[in-house]
Amino acid sequence: MAVYEHHYKPYTGPLSKAWSRFLVIPRYAYEDLFQLRFFIALYALSFVAPLIFTILIYLHHNVTALAVFQMDVASLIPVNGTFFEIFISLQLALAFLMTVIIGPVLISRDLANNGLPLYLCRPFTRTEYILGKMAVLGLLLSSFTWVPGLLLFLFQGYLAGGGWMIDNWWIGGAILAVCWTQIILLSMLAMAFSAWLKWRTAASAALFAIFIIPTPIGLAIEEIFRTRLGHLFNPGMAIAQLTRHLFRTFGSTEYILSFGESWLVCLGYALVALWMLSRKLRAYEVIS
Amino acid sequence: MIDQSGDQSRSALIELDRLRIDFGKRTILKELEGRLRGRCIGLLGPNGAGKTTLIHTLLGFYRPHSGTARIFGLDIRTAAREIRTSIGYMPERDAYLAEMTAVHFVRLMGELSGLPREAALERAHEALFYVGLGEARYRKVGTYSLGMKQLVKLAQAIAHGPRLIFLDEPTNGLDPPARKRMLELIREIRDSGRTQIVLSSHLLRDVEECCDEILILKDGRIVANCDLAAERQANRKFVELETRGASADFLTAIDDLVGGEYAQTGPQRFKLIMPEGREVRDLYQIAAEKSVQIRRLNYKRDSLEEIFLKAMEQ
Repeated sequence: MAVYEHHYKPYTGPLSKAWSRFLVIPRYAYEDLFQLRFFIALYALSFVAPLIFTILIYLHHNVTALAVFQMDVASLIPVNGTFFEIFISLQLALAFLMTVIIGPVLISRDLANNGLPLYLCRPFTRTEYILGKMAVLGLLLSSFTWVPGLLLFLFQGYLAGGGWMIDNWWIGGAILAVCWTQIILLSMLAMAFSAWLKWRTAASAALFAIFIIPTPIGLAIEEIFRTRLGHLFNPGMAIAQLTRHLFRTFGSTEYILSFGESWLVCLGYALVALWMLSRKLRAYEVIS
Repeated sequence: MIDQSGDQSRSALIELDRLRIDFGKRTILKELEGRLRGRCIGLLGPNGAGKTTLIHTLLGFYRPHSGTARIFGLDIRTAAREIRTSIGYMPERDAYLAEMTAVHFVRLMGELSGLPREAALERAHEALFYVGLGEARYRKVGTYSLGMKQLVKLAQAIAHGPRLIFLDEPTNGLDPPARKRMLELIREIRDSGRTQIVLSSHLLRDVEECCDEILILKDGRIVANCDLAAERQANRKFVELETRGASADFLTAIDDLVGGEYAQTGPQRFKLIMPEGREVRDLYQIAAEKSVQIRRLNYKRDSLEEIFLKAMEQ
């Protein structure tokens, strides 16, 4: 079927590995995304914090640099759980912003012109489709959240030496757990809204709303009924509380949601998003 | 049910084994049973007969309520992924990714079907040139006309070189030249010999021009399954003749030629059945000898329509 021959010829060459096909989706998505200047600028901005925190860790351990600046960086900004919590919180805020930009069109573009049957009539399942779409956000957000977070952790461990890394292994674990929880939750919610709301602005607004509106509602319920239960519907609060639990930056009783409750809220929202996706992601809707 | 599927020696491409599909309380496909062997199989039936549901079920979009079907001998219940590796699908409705250029779109679909990256790009270009969109391949699909969208749907269905292609109403919304071009492409793919086609249409002429086997559905049941090639072969014997100046001599000669198997349907019109060993040129020879003009000579062309109408009466 060469271009100049104009004859139909079946394909007889080798096939790609079935397990790797879901990665085709993020590759195509990035080809489009990295043509947008605004996106490139935002992506570049997401590496500013890792750079600053790397410099801070360096200064923390460099006697000459400390002498030049004539200040005690080590006592001013101690490299501990709080240090990494601030870094991760900054990066996750950017991750949220990027999800609001990218997420709403992830699936709606495929649904807009009945593109889904074209995916699903191939050796490509709904699960692979969801995994592929999730990988668009997952790989992108990872590149400026937990990956630089762990690199900073390793850098600090290398410079501090003397078993710092063994004493503070939980910081590494907290970086991974917090980032992956938020990345998965954000991706699932973004995909669910993208599948249900074809209008991009509405999907972005819904994503904002689900993280912002439950806060005043939770506070109101707390004030009126004297109960923390109102915060159980607040995914933003759950992530924030989970972050503080994992980075050990709480006092003994000052938390609003316990460690288990925070996980449950995140899991609950992820399951609802998954249900929404399974309802919408079908080759053809069946009207019984 | 009319069952004249003919050649039993060819292995079945699609086997329907008491296949039943329910949507809620409504049964859409009612225990379909049959074996389809043709190079190009036409799925015919009035709107709502279950043609598209059958295609969707064979593609694995719907799970059978009971029974099953086999494509290339593989069960659609258990080997859907393997089956989908070898099939292409052109949906009836608009189905495309509007923001992508055609070459990007077809390449993506090729890669999802398992083509390596470079091969997918190469095949995407080839498929687009093949269907006649070579010059427009860098335009976004969303900007295409209806006819071009149909062609790009065909391109994505053939880019990965499937062994079986499902075409659901491929000539929908096409103007006559575009329809002609689409049917030519279908025939060419069919004649390539390595790809079989299932063509769903409610247009008898489209099916007649491309298919060698037909399956007629009505209210979710199979009402006819015929080998159209064999039917055509049989119908070569039926000839309609319109003459000028037909005399008693001419009629006697015709009577001798066909052994009495003829009927006069008008003053100068005849229907006759050619016996074995007799050719149409014999008719011309008699006409020349008897100085009769043959104004029109047709093989009986309405076989599919007759089959269809007979099936619809059931």
